[in-house]
Amino acid sequence: MIRVALWLACCASLVTAQDQVVVGSKNFTESAILAEVVAQMLEAHTELRVERRTNLGGTMICHAAVRAGEIDIYVEYTGTGWAAVLEESGKIDDPLRAFVHVQRRYRDEFDVHWLEPLGLNNSYAIAMTEAKAEALGVRTVSDLRAHQAELRAGFSIEFGNRDDGYPGLAQAYDLALGSVRTLEHGLAYQAIQNGDIDLTDAYTTDGKLQRYALRVLEDDRRFFPPYHAAPLVHGATLRAHPEIGDALGRLAFRIPDAEARAMNLAVEAEGRSAAEVVRAFLEREGLTDESVASDRLDRESSGRFPTIFRLALEHLALTLVAVLLASLAAIPLGIACTTRPALRRITLGAAGVMQTVPSLALLAFMIPFLGLNVSAAIAALFLYALLPIVRNTFTGITEVDRDLVDAARGMGMTPRQILRKVELPLAARTIMAGVRTATVISIGVATLAAFIGAGGLGEPILEGLYLNDTGLILSGAIPAAVLAVLADAALARVEKRLAPRVASE
Amino acid sequence: MIEFRGVDKVFTDARGREVVAVRGLDLEVPAGEIHCLLGTSGCGKTTTLRMVNRLEESTRGQVEVGGDDVANRDVFALRRRIGYVIQSGGLFPHMTVAQNVGLMCELVGQDEPRVEARVRELLEFVGLAPAEYTMRYPGELSGGQRQRVGVARALALDPEVILMDEPFGALDPITRRRMHDEFRRLFARMGKTVLLVTHDLEEAFALADRISIMEAGELVQSGTAEELVASPANDFVREFLRGVTPGGTA
Repeated sequence: MIRVALWLACCASLVTAQDQVVVGSKNFTESAILAEVVAQMLEAHTELRVERRTNLGGTMICHAAVRAGEIDIYVEYTGTGWAAVLEESGKIDDPLRAFVHVQRRYRDEFDVHWLEPLGLNNSYAIAMTEAKAEALGVRTVSDLRAHQAELRAGFSIEFGNRDDGYPGLAQAYDLALGSVRTLEHGLAYQAIQNGDIDLTDAYTTDGKLQRYALRVLEDDRRFFPPYHAAPLVHGATLRAHPEIGDALGRLAFRIPDAEARAMNLAVEAEGRSAAEVVRAFLEREGLTDESVASDRLDRESSGRFPTIFRLALEHLALTLVAVLLASLAAIPLGIACTTRPALRRITLGAAGVMQTVPSLALLAFMIPFLGLNVSAAIAALFLYALLPIVRNTFTGITEVDRDLVDAARGMGMTPRQILRKVELPLAARTIMAGVRTATVISIGVATLAAFIGAGGLGEPILEGLYLNDTGLILSGAIPAAVLAVLADAALARVEKRLAPRVASE
Repeated sequence: MIEFRGVDKVFTDARGREVVAVRGLDLEVPAGEIHCLLGTSGCGKTTTLRMVNRLEESTRGQVEVGGDDVANRDVFALRRRIGYVIQSGGLFPHMTVAQNVGLMCELVGQDEPRVEARVRELLEFVGLAPAEYTMRYPGELSGGQRQRVGVARALALDPEVILMDEPFGALDPITRRRMHDEFRRLFARMGKTVLLVTHDLEEAFALADRISIMEAGELVQSGTAEELVASPANDFVREFLRGVTPGGTA
């Protein structure tokens, strides 16, 4: 009887689990907004429960996550899929053919499906003040040639130097601007506003274009690759819920560049929440019914700003679990290395290599195995913590005075007794120093856990980075630094207590 | 009590070459004798000592303790029947005097009161007041005190034989001379067979019943101090006893 009940409960939980879809996004404003668009459309037009996992780091993390089914949907750009994921090197001449090509390769190679484009094309562009453009009669990049001698350009450093930036553009359009300099991109808007420069590079959907009244010049020779945004869906999810295709199909070409710019500006500059901005947009366009979205908004605003204290606890828990597990694995491994030179070479080599893998790459690598969650973050931290502990265990034991070990052997102690009674106690301080190093490193690296939605003090940092809000960044960074310093000091005390009493003669 | 019969010890060095450390050693140390292995550094005396408790295994020949071939005995059981004392006592710096002395008693499973009683007994035997010294750490002792604790520790399991490898090597000459007097009396009360390695002629003369002089891995001459002085076997012994051998100090 009980067994049947349990079985039923299991089924029920399976059903509810399947009825949920996870919508992810990368770690910048537009990606989060488009995820919110997708989420609200699904809430409005399907029975699915939607979980939002925004700010998931970059392309590689989102790609790994959607392939593994850790997230079901996120919005990607054709140019990114073409170049960064599929590593196609050819130039895209026809955006539609490129889209179809990318769509087919994703379907065949990853079982990930591109739905219809949303309309916006977040590509590179050349921008000019509306007033100046009007005065000179410039609408396209080609039009610049007529005035090129008198035009002054200020490009971001990257754009000014890359072949797919200004040098390539100048070649494609046979363009020779009067003055070209490079400057920090944040300053370019200011400079163009002050009349110091006439032209700058921009992303076509950047909200600042609207804010500073800039005109985007049409890329009439199609020099810039297309970056059309479209939702990507995990294959199994789409087969289980074909209604997703129907719901999101309604969005096809409904979000033009100007609309994207307006929403980006509203979130970035006006500090409105993505949920609110998106709801207003969908309502205005008649794409959704009001009741569902507002209900969702209420739910979201109630628990939206978690306290730093909770995040710090989360952060500490992540770190401690990882370091504890790492110690459990690394200390025996370090001990084993002292008697087996071959093992030592392999272990220290592998752990060293692990240390050089960029943290984000390591996180991305974990996703297919462990999913998009706390375990993936802990696994990554665990791998980082291994090396200092293994190395210090090994060093600590090999540094024990050989005469003492000789005396212990001569007394008739077994290798195990020597390890337990002599080598480990004398190496304890060095081992503890390794644990301490591992802990401090892990507290730092754990801020990256937020990239895969595992929480911790990285959350406000990440949010601050993409809202360009220094206060928010510091509200995560300072507690993380304090945590590191406190942990370091506490473990230093433990380390000191482990030291054997030294000669006082 | 300790007997070497035709013992060779050959090491293979890092380049794979064979190095003979001890060659054709025949030596008998009767029970209760204090026997010194005397020679310059590298003469094979320490290797000889270490073959008794199998810290080194002989390449050829037999080493016997109490009539048994050491190669046939369980190595840990063998070592527990043989006390081992090295320079500065080889005390564990993270353990108190009491923990150092009582360590092996504890490891062979003796209960706490028995270990404590044994530690007190041993400390008294080597002339250290238990009340004052049990809780001290080796770092808080003088060189001579450490050496006495080292001997107390070696005696813990009441071994048949004590091996001492340059026990007073780290002490200053004055302390060392005082320790010689003290240890002569200690040895007399102990009644154990002692094999002691030293390069110090004075030490050998002060402590030993009999002395074996080694050179380049071979035993040159064995005998009492008087015998050696009266009839040195060759020029090496004559030179050594005069204390003018290169590298030797006396």
